[in-house]
Amino acid sequence: MSMNKEQDFGTPARTASTLVNLEIDGFQVTAPAGTSVMRAAASIGIDIPKLCATDSVEPFGSCRLCVVQIEGARGMPASCITPVAEGMKVVTQNKKLADVRRGIMELYISDHPLDCLTCSANGDCELQDMAGAVGLREVRYNPQGENHLNAVKDESNPYFSFDPSKCIVCSRCVRACEETQGTFALTIDGRGFDSKVSPGQNEAFMDSECVSCGACVQACPTATLMEKSVIEHGQPEHAVVTTCAYCGVGCSFRAEMKGDQVIRMVPHKDGKANHGHSCVKGRFAFGYATHKDRITQPMIRKSIKDPWQEVSWEEAISYAASELKRIQANYGIGAIGGITSSRCTNEETYLVQKLVRAGFGNNNVDTCARVCHSPTGYGLKQTFGESSGTQNFDSVMKADVIMVIGANPTDGHPVFGSLMKKRLRQGAKLVVIDPRGIDLVKTPHVKADYHLKLRPGTNVALINAIAHVVVTENLVDQDFVQERCEKAAFEKWTTFIADPRHAPEVTEAVTGVPAADVRAAARLYATGANGAIYYGLGVTEHSQGSTTVIGIANLAMATGNLGREGVGVNPLRGQNNVQGSCDMGSFPHEFPGYRHVSDTETRTLFENDWNVILESEPGLRIPNMFDAASDGTFKGLYVEGEDIAQSDPDIQHVHHALREMECVIVQDLFLNETAKFAHVFLPGSSFLEKNGTFTNAERRISPVRKVMKPLGGYEDWEITQLLSNAMGYPMNYSHPSEIMAEIARLTPSFASVSYEKIDRLGSVQWPCNDETPDGTPTMHEQSFMRPGGKGLFMLTEYVATQERTTRMFPLILTTGRILSQYNVGAQTRRTENVAWHSEDRLEIHPHDAEDRGIVNDDWVGIKSRSGETVLRALISERVQPGVVYTTFHFPESGANVITTDNSDWATNCPEYKVTAVQVAKVSQSSEWQQKYEAFSQQQLELLEQGSHHA
Amino acid sequence: MNIERLIKMANDIGDFFNAESDKEAASVGIRNHILRSWDPRMRREIIDYCEKDGTALHGIVKTAIDDLARSS
Repeated sequence: MSMNKEQDFGTPARTASTLVNLEIDGFQVTAPAGTSVMRAAASIGIDIPKLCATDSVEPFGSCRLCVVQIEGARGMPASCITPVAEGMKVVTQNKKLADVRRGIMELYISDHPLDCLTCSANGDCELQDMAGAVGLREVRYNPQGENHLNAVKDESNPYFSFDPSKCIVCSRCVRACEETQGTFALTIDGRGFDSKVSPGQNEAFMDSECVSCGACVQACPTATLMEKSVIEHGQPEHAVVTTCAYCGVGCSFRAEMKGDQVIRMVPHKDGKANHGHSCVKGRFAFGYATHKDRITQPMIRKSIKDPWQEVSWEEAISYAASELKRIQANYGIGAIGGITSSRCTNEETYLVQKLVRAGFGNNNVDTCARVCHSPTGYGLKQTFGESSGTQNFDSVMKADVIMVIGANPTDGHPVFGSLMKKRLRQGAKLVVIDPRGIDLVKTPHVKADYHLKLRPGTNVALINAIAHVVVTENLVDQDFVQERCEKAAFEKWTTFIADPRHAPEVTEAVTGVPAADVRAAARLYATGANGAIYYGLGVTEHSQGSTTVIGIANLAMATGNLGREGVGVNPLRGQNNVQGSCDMGSFPHEFPGYRHVSDTETRTLFENDWNVILESEPGLRIPNMFDAASDGTFKGLYVEGEDIAQSDPDIQHVHHALREMECVIVQDLFLNETAKFAHVFLPGSSFLEKNGTFTNAERRISPVRKVMKPLGGYEDWEITQLLSNAMGYPMNYSHPSEIMAEIARLTPSFASVSYEKIDRLGSVQWPCNDETPDGTPTMHEQSFMRPGGKGLFMLTEYVATQERTTRMFPLILTTGRILSQYNVGAQTRRTENVAWHSEDRLEIHPHDAEDRGIVNDDWVGIKSRSGETVLRALISERVQPGVVYTTFHFPESGANVITTDNSDWATNCPEYKVTAVQVAKVSQSSEWQQKYEAFSQQQLELLEQGSHHA
Repeated sequence: MNIERLIKMANDIGDFFNAESDKEAASVGIRNHILRSWDPRMRREIIDYCEKDGTALHGIVKTAIDDLARSS
């Protein structure tokens, strides 16, 4: 292993089809028109000295170190900003150029600390490299002259340091913040000698708009912006390419290592999902993997009132298997089940569902996608024939109208959010459909053309109104519909949607969105060339979540916005492997590849391969498991990587169900909330400790590679295999690549996927089979995946949620997440990311706050029909009057104490986004919080009494 | 299983398919959805409820579950 440093071509690649031939230092070069001379030279191995240029940002022509001579041209043009031209003859090295470059470097070094040997960038400093490259041997300027050597460091950011004394004012950081991240937090303040990099209005980084994505740190050629981990530990010595374990963007990273210690995570330039960009979580928040709270010894206990007892792996697995078998003997085959997580790899998820189906002998397997994107799976399968988004992320760069529905990309999917903002800065139009004012509505150089601020729970009415405009104003793409969709269903839908009850003027009373805005947004989407829809959990987590997904699919088909780049229906998946966990057959009614368990041909295929008879009836979904547990018919549960006791709705019901079970097995990194109700704890492995693959929101299967040994001794797939063998169903994989080979063998859309291919291509998007051996960036180009190949329009009647506001509960609570924290927070709460968000707050509109005598930071009780919790108030005009909002990253917040058991009609995805509540100023935590604190403390004491965790 | 919850789930399914003007097709849609996504113990309980009482089920849902019972 080595560092294998990524080559910096100096300026970004160009994609023009016209090729230009030129000569550089006597060598012939061919490059796309628009390519810089610097990049063309680099492409044939000629490195022109440079400082202000790097290939992640547009050239700037500031440092002049890259000057060249061009035959017939006057002077010495900077090669970074000089495009190639046909017949051009370029000289990159001669004495005159060398003298100029040496003179430039001499000036730079005259105002730079000469502490190279003790500098944190030693070994990775472009300034040092360039001094060597130009042969700088002396600095003739007086070191006592005016300089910046005493400029004060900014250490405010927990992850990186800003040392302006080492800054050469190349503006790479400023341009990275603008072009790559799109935050515009940095600027060059002052003129001439006074020029300096300034976050915000001359603020500290932490006080500025900086979102700590680290693009500036990565772009910095010196030690000015430097990871604190590098300052502390020194330069890494080898790197491994792997995939981020946070959101559904699935960024590719180089884990830069020193031995088995991660020094830093650097986004991989060749990563096709992220192109070298990252967010604060992926780049910096990896410290949880070695946090002191990690539990690395297996533990068992008879009752959740008993202390945990550390045992050997053999004893833990044997006990778990014997308990599961005992329960099945006493209560029946169907009395146990398993839950997997979208934080697990494909191979792990596949193995858990195989264990349940083949080893447990039932179909009681589910995944956390149940509580987020299960309606996507249902809705898109029904209409398009495949349970997935239709595009790759890069497709957004060809979109002309972007419609964001119930998603918050800059917080939830930040790297894709940056790409989307780049397209919006290029002029694409934007429609935001969200009850809350997300950042995209108005952010530097981006402003939504329409923000349809609907009432929570009225998505279907609004999508129907948009479709009504499309149909009644003759905006349907008739050619597309005639050729690509089922005719009778379309005609029925046209009649349905054209009914006046769906007109924006009628739905306005329901949605609260002015009819004129709806009509204008519909016209824009239908007629603005490439229309692309991106949506999130604000669509799915409703009682009509599946209906809205179907409505979106109808809309895209009706306007012909499918089957090519720049368009499509794009679910933004919350976690890194939501798509993958669904693909792998972790729903109780579907085998891998979304094939129903009742399908004899499919079942026979698996039976023959797995050498076992399989159940043909669907099993229990997660909420059904809780109901069955409360009912006494479900007694044992194997949970891998999911924290149902925090993340699922109506949490008191969940806790009751867990208490009713006789054996809860939790496989995780930490004693999470679910583990507090467990009887067996199996230490899991973080993404840094195992091999596997994740599949992101664009169906991209990317490698997860082990960079350190599992702290608990086993990779997660090995633990599942141990449990299966102990249950009596043999598994004998020696590496996850063998599991992927089995998946490919049994799943048509994965038929040509292999580790060899993933390593060779870097990643691959399914479907990947004989027809599309290198994968499928855009779905449904020629036909849909349904039988007959035609898209299906379906009727989407709006049905109001049963969760209504009343005098007792006059406000609607909706939930979401924030950039710096991730879901239940088990990972990010154990990192420095708490510096940005250390508690969940209740956002409340000033009018609602004033009515209740609430001011900022007051403790407020939030009471629903399900329960009550207490949070601190944050007065905000981001929410509209009548709506309050909170995040759910801290267990003590009890956000799910107040959410209800309402769920999507088709999939039981919980209605997290609509809860009727009352809010009042209080002076103490809620009864639930007090009980939770006592229970949680008791469980921590039981952990301490029985074990000595790492 | 909590029968109130199962009734609510069944009625919610009915609300979606009820948009279909062909009520026979709507009933088949409800039946098939329950058949393909509900665990057998849940189906047994809703059928049992439908046979013994069924008053809390919407009309078209009751029809669908009667049909489900006949085919079980």
